[in-house]
Amino acid sequence: MSLSRRDFLKYGGATASGVAVGVGVDLAPVEAAAVSLRIKEAKAFAGVCPYCAVGCGQLIYAKDDKIIDIEGNPDTPHTLGRLCPKGAATIQLSNNPLRPTKALYRAPGSDKWEEKPLAWMYEEIAKRYYDTREKHFVEREKDKDGKDVVVNRLDAIASLGSACIDNEECYLLSKLNRTLGIVYHEHQARV
Amino acid sequence: MTTNLIDIQNTDVIMITSNMAENHPVGFQWVMKAKEHGAKIIHVDPRFTRTSAAADIHVPLRSGTNIAFFGGLMNYAIQKNLYFKDYVVHYTNASFLIDPAFKTPTDLAGLFTGYDEAKRTYDRSSWKYQLDGEGNPKRDLTLRDPQSVFQLLKRHYSRYTPEMVERVCGIPKAKFEEVAQLFCSTSGPEKTGTVTYALNLTQHTNGVENIRALCMLQLMLGNIGRPGGGIVALRGHANVQGATDLELLYHELPGYLPMPLRDAHPDLKTYLEKETPKGGYWVNRPKFMVSLLKAFYGDGAHAGNEFGYQWLPKRASADAYSHQHIFADMYAGKIKGFLADGQNPAVGGPNAKLARAAMQKLDWLVVVDIFLTETAEVWKAPGSNPKDIQTEVFFVPAAPAAEKDGSLTNTMRLIQWHEAAVKPPGDVQTDAQFFCTLAHRLQKMYAASKKERDKGFLAANFTYGDKPDHPDMVQVLKEINGFATADITDKDGKVLFKKGQAVPSFAALTDDGKTASGCWIYTGVINETPDGKLVNKAAGRKPADANDYLAHGWGFAWPANRRILYNRAAADLQGKPWSERKKLIWWDPAAPGQKPDDKPGKWVGLDVPDFNAFLAPDAKNGDKPFIMRADLVGGFFGPLNDGPFPEHYEPVESPTKNLLSKQQINPVAKIWKIADQRNELAPVGSPDFPYVITTYRLTEHHLSGVMSRYLPMLAELHYAHFAEISHELAKQLGIENGEKVTVSSPRGKVHLTAMVTHRLKPFVIDGKTVHQIGVPWHWGWKGVPELPGSMGDITNDLSATVGDPNVYIQETKAFVCNLKKGVV
Repeated sequence: MSLSRRDFLKYGGATASGVAVGVGVDLAPVEAAAVSLRIKEAKAFAGVCPYCAVGCGQLIYAKDDKIIDIEGNPDTPHTLGRLCPKGAATIQLSNNPLRPTKALYRAPGSDKWEEKPLAWMYEEIAKRYYDTREKHFVEREKDKDGKDVVVNRLDAIASLGSACIDNEECYLLSKLNRTLGIVYHEHQARV
Repeated sequence: MTTNLIDIQNTDVIMITSNMAENHPVGFQWVMKAKEHGAKIIHVDPRFTRTSAAADIHVPLRSGTNIAFFGGLMNYAIQKNLYFKDYVVHYTNASFLIDPAFKTPTDLAGLFTGYDEAKRTYDRSSWKYQLDGEGNPKRDLTLRDPQSVFQLLKRHYSRYTPEMVERVCGIPKAKFEEVAQLFCSTSGPEKTGTVTYALNLTQHTNGVENIRALCMLQLMLGNIGRPGGGIVALRGHANVQGATDLELLYHELPGYLPMPLRDAHPDLKTYLEKETPKGGYWVNRPKFMVSLLKAFYGDGAHAGNEFGYQWLPKRASADAYSHQHIFADMYAGKIKGFLADGQNPAVGGPNAKLARAAMQKLDWLVVVDIFLTETAEVWKAPGSNPKDIQTEVFFVPAAPAAEKDGSLTNTMRLIQWHEAAVKPPGDVQTDAQFFCTLAHRLQKMYAASKKERDKGFLAANFTYGDKPDHPDMVQVLKEINGFATADITDKDGKVLFKKGQAVPSFAALTDDGKTASGCWIYTGVINETPDGKLVNKAAGRKPADANDYLAHGWGFAWPANRRILYNRAAADLQGKPWSERKKLIWWDPAAPGQKPDDKPGKWVGLDVPDFNAFLAPDAKNGDKPFIMRADLVGGFFGPLNDGPFPEHYEPVESPTKNLLSKQQINPVAKIWKIADQRNELAPVGSPDFPYVITTYRLTEHHLSGVMSRYLPMLAELHYAHFAEISHELAKQLGIENGEKVTVSSPRGKVHLTAMVTHRLKPFVIDGKTVHQIGVPWHWGWKGVPELPGSMGDITNDLSATVGDPNVYIQETKAFVCNLKKGVV
């Protein structure tokens, strides 16, 4: 393995502070001292672990618009502040050099990504939705008895996801897809 | 989940059918707490895992034989007279009489009445209750009538003897009887038992019947609605529950309202007539549906245009549009554009090789995700040449939960708010920003349209708060919750809710367009005072205390902040707790009653009653706990497409013949035919694919790996993608621990590292040895570049495009494979 401990720190920006269930050695006092220094002057935000569906309460510590620590919230009645290895690694979803922060485009037949401005991306994606909808929208069709009925359906665009986004976002996606006429509309719960 | 993780501590016996210790480790502490209180733990799983290590009894069973096992337990409970008789007689449909024409697999060689072999569907017209002159189901409270559900059930499961369980599942008879005796000990007033399940039960061609069988067992023992009882459904993603409630699913609209079908639901009136039952809480469906249409279409929806109902797309068929349909139809060229938002089907879905080939045929693909997933880079898939792939791909970087406001609904229906701790970096978008900005662009493009079909989309609002591109999530949650669209007054003209004010309960929703609600079951999560102050109950952070072990002040559990569903069943017919030990909700005849007549009496206790709190136990339907069902009782006789009682069939791919009947597989299972040999299936007992394979998850990785393979802290924890192989099978094939092996199926092959272990043992099935291997499915070709072990072949290249006939979930928990030493 070529990755050194220093590289991990570089990746993470900080080490995990959540104590994994089942850790045999009690590192709590050391951790507590380290954490108390690190989170000094940081602001705590209410978080919810984004991994499995137990929904462990988290405390997210941020300073200068950067997350510096994420740990379990001990008040959480159904988890009592614990996090598993995944929950304890949540910080690396944000602080991670593998994470793209620019919109990317891959042209037909191309073997590379190109960085694009957000405005361009939205414009182009909207055009694809618009053109596909205009070309393939089915306003009326025959029902099983051969009667011409209104169906207002768009079969040529499919949508998948997501059990990883918030309720409000799920609702907005349902609203967007259904009002556009999309019926191929699914997410992870199906599989 | 009908219950609550915290309440697991009150159980006497827990039967875990998932791998809870590894997949829901923090929730597992409540199992350990129960154990400290003296509870016994049973673990039913083909593999020995860390859950088994904590259990009193581990019961390995061959994958795909769950119904044989649960049926065996029900048979045991009936034969030994261990069912909870008062509960079964009064709180379930066991006493209801069924149409005399109805026959079961006992009579019809593995089939129920009405099978159409050509269409592979059932005519279900005989699967119904006998009705009296007034249209009510006929009952026999003695349960002796041969046409009673109880007697039919008894006869159906009489074939599921301990000997049969041993032959089918590979569980030795003595072990089965030990487990049956232990779990049936939870029957009766003094004790309760609980059960967990996850994808181990659902990912089968009889997945829904698996869950039904488990629920029926719990009804039989009187375990639903009671402390320490219930069904612990363990969901795999942070918001599987919420995304299901808000219905990112082809067959429904938010709040479990059916998505209209072209042939059945031509107009709103017909839709509401057909979909509104005569009894149970769903009699209110018109209020929920009209309020949803108002939330979608705003002022565009009114009584004069069926509240915009015609704008909703109408499904051409009920057998269409599911996850597996998507990739079958995409491969066939029917789908041109595709949005993958926070989902990675290049790895995560069944027959992943088909999914990748299908995506390579698209005109355009939009991926919104935190990392560059295999789906985003499907044009770089191993074995593909980017030059040959004409798909345009747009990648929009997305923000994780820590960078945005919003709520997630956990596995126990608990809606919890989280706050943005930082702004997303660079051009990273929240998913909400993406949807609203895209909607605004499209509305601009359609602004000049005069077409009727575009009016619904143009009427829909996607602006929440002052900044169109930064939607205010509390305002979105308020729309989901519901609000008055006009002043709502009582009969004396007094204003109950001002126009725009959030309504506090779904009881306030109306079917006349005066309320809008994006998801009726969430109503109550937001409260609003008449002067406009919003209280977001999802953000509530009051811990549990001695008077409230269920912590009603922490978040908001739908519906109505109830923590344990069907809790009327925690009391007996008269409304008294079944026992002091298991009390939860009871009728207090002295409590102050409801206005205006103030007749005393109220349901009180430790939770919000799942019931009209003032409906006395001796009033009409005051003794019926299952309020969401039209008949108000728990259903042994059920409504599914593959039979009213779960029946064991073998998985679509199996090493053995079905020992219970001549019917080898679920007769109505969905099997897709896909061009270019992309969904070949192995015949029964295939010598080319002799081993059973099951797929599963690990503590250190997450699902298709997007949230773990790119994180060094997690990616370093597993040395390589692997297959668990028993010592017996490894010896037979000359495989050493740690060497490379090849696992293949009729769909594909993968190269893995052998993990030779005692955690798996061969099964003896009807006298013959059957080997089973286990393979986790988190790996793909991407990961942390410096950590080669974070990358690996895609397990789902092995699985097939076959599905359950009710919901079209795939069968990835039990299929067949070959295993060879080395890379071949």
